[in-house]
Amino acid sequence: MTDETKSHRALRLGVAGPVGTGKSSVIATICRQLRDEFALGVVTNDIYTDEDTRFLKSAGVLPEERIRAVETGACPHTAIRDDVTMNLMAVEDMERDFAPLDIVLVESGGDNLTATFSPALVDAQLFVLDVAGGGDVARKGGPGIARADLLVINKIDLGPHVDVDVDRMVADAEAARHGAPVLALSRHRPETVAALCDWVRAIHGSWANGSHTPIDPGPMAPHHHGPKDDHTHAHGHSHPHHHPHD
Amino acid sequence: MFVSSPPEPAPHANHMVARAVLASELGPDGRRSRVSRLRSDGPLVLRPSHPKGAEPLTHRRTDAARVSLAAGTAGPLGGDDYALSIHVGAGSTLVLQDVAAMLVLPGAGGGRSRMSLDIRVDDGATFVWWPEPIIAAHRCDHTHDIRIEIAPDARMILREEAILGRHGEVPGNFASRLRITRGGAALYDQRLRFGPSAAGADGAAVLGDAGAVGSIIAVDPAWERGAPPADPYDRGAALTPLAGPAIAIGAVAADSLALRRLLVRGLDILGGPWIARHNGKDGS
Amino acid sequence: MDGAGGSAALLLLSDGRLPAGGYAHSGGLEPAVTAGRVTDMSDLERFLVGREETAGLIAAAFSAAACERSRRGELFEIPALEAELDARIPSSELRRISRELGRQLRRAMSAVHPHPHYDALGAAPHQPVVMGVAAASLDLSPRDMALAILHETNADAAAAAAKVLRVDPFDVHAILARMATRLDRLAGEAARAAQGPSADLPAPGSPLADIAAEHHRRADVRLFAS
Repeated sequence: MTDETKSHRALRLGVAGPVGTGKSSVIATICRQLRDEFALGVVTNDIYTDEDTRFLKSAGVLPEERIRAVETGACPHTAIRDDVTMNLMAVEDMERDFAPLDIVLVESGGDNLTATFSPALVDAQLFVLDVAGGGDVARKGGPGIARADLLVINKIDLGPHVDVDVDRMVADAEAARHGAPVLALSRHRPETVAALCDWVRAIHGSWANGSHTPIDPGPMAPHHHGPKDDHTHAHGHSHPHHHPHD
Repeated sequence: MFVSSPPEPAPHANHMVARAVLASELGPDGRRSRVSRLRSDGPLVLRPSHPKGAEPLTHRRTDAARVSLAAGTAGPLGGDDYALSIHVGAGSTLVLQDVAAMLVLPGAGGGRSRMSLDIRVDDGATFVWWPEPIIAAHRCDHTHDIRIEIAPDARMILREEAILGRHGEVPGNFASRLRITRGGAALYDQRLRFGPSAAGADGAAVLGDAGAVGSIIAVDPAWERGAPPADPYDRGAALTPLAGPAIAIGAVAADSLALRRLLVRGLDILGGPWIARHNGKDGS
Repeated sequence: MDGAGGSAALLLLSDGRLPAGGYAHSGGLEPAVTAGRVTDMSDLERFLVGREETAGLIAAAFSAAACERSRRGELFEIPALEAELDARIPSSELRRISRELGRQLRRAMSAVHPHPHYDALGAAPHQPVVMGVAAASLDLSPRDMALAILHETNADAAAAAAKVLRVDPFDVHAILARMATRLDRLAGEAARAAQGPSADLPAPGSPLADIAAEHHRRADVRLFAS
């Protein structure tokens, strides 16, 4: 017996992005809009509280048992990238317990710009930025911004309040992504919510008919510490990590 | 019912060896339990008794067999070897209490003191074991070994309390083991060690700076479909369900009085027949 | 098989980077810190020593026993081994975590190094039992496995120390260095016990760890799952 459930596998959709950009809110929006169309489940990753799980449960967007939390031991990036076992099992358990599910959304614990999902965990991922984080963030790039299946620029209704030119930010992002999709989103603007839902429908459709090819945004671009250091780092801190590029 | 006696070792000049036996059975009326075998030995003095202080499970019942144990005036001392065999016969209820706390002391010639209890609780029986604390005196070297086999449809509650030294005293070496099997399968098995040779026992994973440690174990086939839920009701105490129809209340406290209060609170949480009714005195 | 092979495999199993979710746990250190019982380096050392002498020894002995039985092909003994381990963990929370980590380890090892013995374990086997079976599948000896578990027990808590205490990491590793001979001794004790019946495996209790684990589960804010 193994924990794998191949028979009722759902589309596994990751939602990554820095803390506070509205990942939980994006997931709540997707659930609210698409729960009658798709059988959904959510796995949240919490850093040191179960705030995200509580938020989604209290929002009432799905039955509570379809929202499960994974505790990441203060290492949210590890849980979606280097060591995905806990998340993988949470997804597999949910697929088994509520079979057949169409989509399982996995919310990352929120980290920095470099954290992206391993292709071993999700089939596709969206990366969430918000205008309040600053208009130049999109231009700075990084694996999630550059190569996630969809980049969401959230809270665009706040643009004028934080001195961010939303159109400019979207244009920067599109340039950084070489034309890959960018979605300007506000839950107060129905047309943007509709565009988000259309993207989810499309990715589910292409995944279901086998035409979707999972891509790995990859870790941060390789960099060097100095002329004599030829060791390539995926990201610059001391946590144990793999080097998928090596 | 036949109860096999433990082997009788040859007595030693300076060491006390005691082998006591106690058994209960259901009387001919099918209601009243009675003591069917009672053999005191040396310092292990067993006496039929009347309700003494608080005792759970049997509150107001008059048909239980009650026995109290007095383990000499002081002791066991280093080198002493005590053993008590208890058999709670099918359908009977036996309540065993202590006359006083047991103080374990070093012997004149050194050596380890030892007390073993071998307990069998048969079908449909109820065993209530409500001893007083064991106090590990300075420089003692004591091993306390309790083995209990309980039948699947028997009930049991027991308390164990160990005090780390008399007032203001550093305890000697103390090691206890309580192993409970139910229908032959392991249900609860815990060894406890403290004293100079027990490395790390004063660490925060084990006992920290506590002066007293104790537990209550309750087994009830009525919990077959789930024992009461976990309840960490104090910084130093928690009630937890075991992997079977049983619970453990574990408590770690500064002294014997604080420990007893924590254990009584744990019983109150358990509620119902498990509560040890107080007779005015707190937790006595 | 004499278990002589596999030094490199032993390092694979005992490496904290093995992707089996262990990084989310502090080995009981965060609960002890939250309870105010570990505040400085001497507290930390006593905590680590006490933990190795109790929960560490139990995990080592049970993993060694599972390794031994798996090597002999005596998997029918595993359920009794699981029951014996349950009996040694009064905290329902710690039993749950041990089984969760066991499931995760099996999930990882089934992909990393498949072996039919994994399928013979129950729905949620205890972590030391899975570890023992994994060790046997890599031709490791019970003593190797015991040592790996004891190392992991310390390493998890030591890594967490940097996050939950104000410590100098050099001081933390100095404690681990001082404990090295203790771990060797405990591994020997665990391996010897593994040769005997399951009922006689070590059963040292850790009352404060049990109590703190139950409190930790109910804490609103925590870095580590346990």
